[in-house]
Amino acid sequence: MALDKSDVDKIAHLARINIEEQDTQAYLQNITSILGLFDQMQEVDTTDVEPLAHPMDAIQRLRADDITEKNQRELLQSVAPAIEDGLFLVPKVID
Amino acid sequence: MFSKTIAQLSQGLKTGEFSSSEITRSYLDQIAAQDSKYNSFITVTPELAMAQAKAADETIGAGNAHAMTGIPIAHKDIFCTKGVRTSAGSKMLDNFIAPYNATIIEKFNAVQSVSLGKTNMDEFAMGSSNENSYYGAVTNPWGDNRVPGGSSGGSAAAVAAQLAPGSTGTDTGGSIRQPAALTNLTGIKPTYGRVSRFGMIAFASSLDQAGPITKTAEDAAMMLNVMAGFDAKDSTSAQTAVDDYTATLNQPLKGLKIGLPKEFFSADLNPQIAERVQSALKEYQALGAELKEISLPNTALSIPAYYIIAPAEASSNLSRFDGVKFGYRCENPVDLEDMYKRTRGEGFGTEVKRRILVGTYALSEGFYDAYYKKAQQIRRLIQQDFVNALKEVDVIMGPTTPQPAFKIGEKTADPIDMYMEDIYTLSLNLAGLPGMSVPCGQVDDLPVGLQIIGNYFAEQRLLNVAHMFQQATDWHTQTAPGL
Repeated sequence: MALDKSDVDKIAHLARINIEEQDTQAYLQNITSILGLFDQMQEVDTTDVEPLAHPMDAIQRLRADDITEKNQRELLQSVAPAIEDGLFLVPKVID
Repeated sequence: MFSKTIAQLSQGLKTGEFSSSEITRSYLDQIAAQDSKYNSFITVTPELAMAQAKAADETIGAGNAHAMTGIPIAHKDIFCTKGVRTSAGSKMLDNFIAPYNATIIEKFNAVQSVSLGKTNMDEFAMGSSNENSYYGAVTNPWGDNRVPGGSSGGSAAAVAAQLAPGSTGTDTGGSIRQPAALTNLTGIKPTYGRVSRFGMIAFASSLDQAGPITKTAEDAAMMLNVMAGFDAKDSTSAQTAVDDYTATLNQPLKGLKIGLPKEFFSADLNPQIAERVQSALKEYQALGAELKEISLPNTALSIPAYYIIAPAEASSNLSRFDGVKFGYRCENPVDLEDMYKRTRGEGFGTEVKRRILVGTYALSEGFYDAYYKKAQQIRRLIQQDFVNALKEVDVIMGPTTPQPAFKIGEKTADPIDMYMEDIYTLSLNLAGLPGMSVPCGQVDDLPVGLQIIGNYFAEQRLLNVAHMFQQATDWHTQTAPGL
């Protein structure tokens, strides 16, 4: 399926990635050729084939609802770009 | 000393021939003197290494040593190491000092192995040449301007350059086996879930698996003995009992049934590589093994299936890099959306952005069935091919890569050209099976790898099959020119 520049802009927006205007064309070409790679899959009949999400078809392992981890807020926030009073700071969202 | 294997170093530490402090100092000096040629390390941790070596010497002196105690090794910079920068080869994590240890780091700490530092890699493990690193390309010790493979390119180059006797790597589509093949080393990707993924920065969670890169199968067995095992912190960790991988290394191979997939010996394969692999198979026949042609009919489909599934999972995993909790944040964002977009636009490199975009598209509304679901259905067909084949044979063999190490820059223009490098390795990750690469000769003075594939949790058998080959041949003992 053929993409155009507006599709790349839309995908980049969904992925929240800024793509510079001058790079869009290169991404369009690369992604188009990668999608072309996928065409050969469409020729394969996969009716009734169960999708494989986990190599051993494992199911989610559950554990008892116990507290096992202690609070490490200061340690974990030590690598944050901006914090204040134990909170992560981001640009203003609500006026 | 630098040519010694882990097994030899372990023996020397035990008999008191040298101390861990002595060999650790020697390796650190060697890295300082030589690594500017290879760029195999992103971060070297001399103080930490010497402190660990000193503590290891005390344990050895007290007679309580594990076989890996005091052995200096290098870790791929994808494993979180507490108090040490863990970059995943990305600008996004250039300032990230991990606040905790990956489980495999904890396990090596528990037996008191020494960590020399963190090795270079393709950004977020996305690549087959180590050219996608924020910290620059890595040079293969076997050839000027040749790539060491990827994504664990730094881990392979460091061992091949004798800057470490062994290293850890990760393999999502071939990232341990392919670099091992291109640098004349032994590498094993264990069964999915055999080694904990906790603290290993995620690329594609249903495919990622960690393993060692070493000079010999025996060394790989020694390292895997430390790494393998159930971990409650990894939701997909296998609860299957762990074998002692060194226990059966010398088991005779008489009667071993080796399957040769005809799809692995097709026209795409460099004929000289095919010849080297055929010679290795003759060696196995001399050891008593039987060869049998098999078919893995869906092999060609592993490329499209992988390049949908891996980017789809990556697009989800890498959504955590948003400039809020850790890592890079862009300057002066005007609002939240601007912060997300510029942080990710500036923090990720080209190949990572490309894969996130492809994955986002494959998962987007209206395309999910045609791409992601279809790829997962094909994934089952690929798995079934292996399951059927492994009913008739004990192991499967073929080449690890379609050609030897290529030149830096040779394949960067066309991503598809680079993706084809993984044609023989990807299908195992899709199926979750274990696989190895062992040296089996050279083409134009560049190393060639023999791939050995086994059934689920058959790592012990694989290492035995590799070890017996290395007892009968000396390809693995050959070193890069000038070493």
